[in-house]
Amino acid sequence: MIVWTDIFILMLVLADFRLLATSRLAAVIQTTVLQAIALSAFMLTIADRPWPLLLIFLSLVTLTVKGVILPWLLNRAMREAGVQREIEPIVGYSASVLIGMILLGLSFLIFIPLKSSVSVESSFLLPGALFTTLTGLLMIVSRKNALTQVAGYLVMENGVYAFGAALAVEEPLLVEMGVLLDVFVAVFVMGITVYQISREFDHIDTDRLSELKD
Amino acid sequence: MLVSIVLIPLMLGLLALVMPWKGARRALLIAGAAYHSAMTVFLGLFRKDAYTSGAWIGLDSQGLLFLAITSALFLAVAIYTTGYLGRDSERKVRDSVEGFLFSNEPEAIFIACLLLFLTSMSMVCISRDMGLLWVAVEATTLVSAPLITFHRHHRSLEATWKYLLICSVGIAIALLGNYFLAFAGHGKTHLNLDNLVAGAGLLDQTWLKAAFLMLLVGYGTKMGMVPMHTWLPDAHSEAPSMVSALLSGALLNCAFLGILRGHTVLAAAGLGEFSGELLVFFGMLSMAVAAAFMIRQNDYKRMLAYSSIEHMGILALGVGLGGLAGTGAMLHAVNHSITKGLLFLVSGHLLFTYGSKKTYDVRHVIRTAPLTGILWVAGFLAITGAPPFGAFLSEVTILKGMLEADRWGIAIGYLAVLAVIFIAMARIVIPMAFGLPQQDQPVEESPLSKKEPLWFAGPAMVMAFIILALGLYIPGSVWNFLGQAAAMKGGF
Repeated sequence: MIVWTDIFILMLVLADFRLLATSRLAAVIQTTVLQAIALSAFMLTIADRPWPLLLIFLSLVTLTVKGVILPWLLNRAMREAGVQREIEPIVGYSASVLIGMILLGLSFLIFIPLKSSVSVESSFLLPGALFTTLTGLLMIVSRKNALTQVAGYLVMENGVYAFGAALAVEEPLLVEMGVLLDVFVAVFVMGITVYQISREFDHIDTDRLSELKD
Repeated sequence: MLVSIVLIPLMLGLLALVMPWKGARRALLIAGAAYHSAMTVFLGLFRKDAYTSGAWIGLDSQGLLFLAITSALFLAVAIYTTGYLGRDSERKVRDSVEGFLFSNEPEAIFIACLLLFLTSMSMVCISRDMGLLWVAVEATTLVSAPLITFHRHHRSLEATWKYLLICSVGIAIALLGNYFLAFAGHGKTHLNLDNLVAGAGLLDQTWLKAAFLMLLVGYGTKMGMVPMHTWLPDAHSEAPSMVSALLSGALLNCAFLGILRGHTVLAAAGLGEFSGELLVFFGMLSMAVAAAFMIRQNDYKRMLAYSSIEHMGILALGVGLGGLAGTGAMLHAVNHSITKGLLFLVSGHLLFTYGSKKTYDVRHVIRTAPLTGILWVAGFLAITGAPPFGAFLSEVTILKGMLEADRWGIAIGYLAVLAVIFIAMARIVIPMAFGLPQQDQPVEESPLSKKEPLWFAGPAMVMAFIILALGLYIPGSVWNFLGQAAAMKGGF
C-alpha cells in the first residue's frame, strides 16, 4: 500500500505547484478538487485492509465536502463577483513556483530531526503535508484577489488535514467531523463576505482594502 | 446539566433566527443570558457533579473562571443590546467618519449570532479535549464575523475580512498543533486533557515542543498576541461597542484558554520552562508594541483595542512566570474583562453623543454627560492599574511574583511599559473628560436625547462597582480558587 500512499501524496504536491503557477481562478478551484480526491484516497491507503467502516465514511465525507460542496461554493462566488483571474499578484507566478521549490526542500529538511513517532511508513507523507500547508499560506500572502485567498485557506487546511489523516485511524471521528464542519462554514462565511465586498467596492482586491490602519 | 449551558443558548439562537416578533426576539437574548448566568453560578457552587475525569466536557477551575467572566459580561451586553437595538436597529444611521447614511444588519441575524457566540465560547470553556476545543474556537470566529459587520459599510467589511482570514489561518495552525500533540503521543493518546497530563511522561519531547509552538502561534493570533495582532484594532474599532466588549473581554480569554491547555500539557511533561519562557517573551513584546501604538493614538476605540493587546500580554507574562504571578494573571483576567467591557460600553455612548471616534472631537464629557464622564475616567484609572481598582491589585500581585522569582529585568521592563501606557492614556482620556471644546466648532445638536438611558447606565454602573469591589477586598476562598486555576494541573 505504501506505493499508493506515495502516489497520492505526490498528486497533492504536484497540485500545489499547479496552484502556484496559474492565474485563472477556475483552474485554482479545479485543482482543489484534485487535492480533495488525493486526500480522501490516501486516507484509505494508510490503514490496513479491510478498511474500518468509519474510515470509509470519513473518506467519503471528506470527498463530498472538500471535493464537491466547497468548490461549488467558490465557483458560485466567482460568478457572482464576476472575476475570472488574478490580475497582478504580489509575487509573480514563476517566482511563486521557485519559492515553492525551496519550500518543498525545506519541508523535507525539517522532518529529518522530527522523526515520525507514528507508524507512518511513507517518508513523503509529512513533508508533503507540510508543503501543502505552506503553499496555502504562500497563496494567501502573495495574491491580492480575495477568492484566491479563500482558495489558499482551503489548500492550507488540506495540508493540515493530511497530517490529521495520518492519524485518522486513532483520532475520534467526532473531532474530524467537527473540523470538516468548521472548514465548510468558514469557506461559506468567507464566500458571503467576498460577495458583500464585491457589491460594496466593485472589486475584490484585498490590497485596496487598506483604509483601517495606524 | 453542564451541557445545557451550550445547548440552551444554541436553541434560543436558532429560535431567534426565525422569530418574527421584535420584542420576543430581544426577550430571547435576555433569557439566554439570564439562564447562562444562573447556570454558571449553580455549576460553580456544585462543581463536583460537573467534572468527571476523562470526559469530553467538564468544568475545571480554569474553565470555570473563564466561563464566569464570559457569562457576566454577556449578561451586561445583553441588557445593553436590547436598548441599543431599540434605538438603532430600524433607523438609517449616519456614519461617524465619512458622514454617509447606512442601514444595519437585520436584527434577527444579529441576535442569533450573539447567542451562538455565547454558545461557542461556553463550549471553549468546558471542553476537556483539545480537538473539541479547537472546533469551538474556530466556531467563535465564524459566528462573530457577522457581529462585526453589523453596521453595513465598507470599513466594517474590511475589518471583517481581515478578522476572518487572519484568525482562520491562525486557527488552522492551531489545528496543526493539535495533530503534532497526537504525533507526540505516538498516535495512540487521545487528545483528552486528562489523558495527556497523566501520560505526559511518555510523550515525545521534540514533537511536544513543536506542538506548543503551533498552538501558541495559532491561538495567539486569536488572542491578539504581537506580531499576529493586526486584525484586532480594526475589528474592535469597527464593531458595535457591545460586540467590541465581548470580543475583548470574553473572546480573547477563550483563545488564551487554548494556550493555557497547551502550557498545562507541557508543564506536566516537564517542559514548563520552555513554554513559560515563550509566553514571557511574547507577553513582554505584546505589552511594548501595544504601548508604542497607544502613544498619540487619536481614535479612542482603537486605543481601547491596543489596551486589550497590552493586557493579553500581561496575562501571558504572568502565566509564563507561574507561581504567584500566575495567580495574579488569573485575577487580572477577571479585572481586565470587566473593566474593558465597561470602557467599551462607555465608548459606545460617547460615540453616540459626539458622533465621532476621534479623541479631539470629544471634549468636556464631564459636563455634557456627567455620568458617562465619571465612568470614562474611572474606567481609565482602573485599566491602567491605578488604586483602588481591581487591576491595581492584580498587577501588583504579578509584580510580587516577578520579584519572588528574582526576575528583576522583567519587573523593570513591566513597570516601565505600564508607566508609559498610563501617561499615554492619560493624555488621551483627561482632555476628553475635562478639556474645553474648541470655540469654532459648535457641537451639533442631535435630535435624540443625550441623557444616559437606563440600559446603558445600569450595566455600566454595576460593572464599575464590581471592579471597585475587586480592588478593595478579595476573600481567601477566591484566592485559593485562583491559585488552583493558575497551578496548571489540568484537573479539578
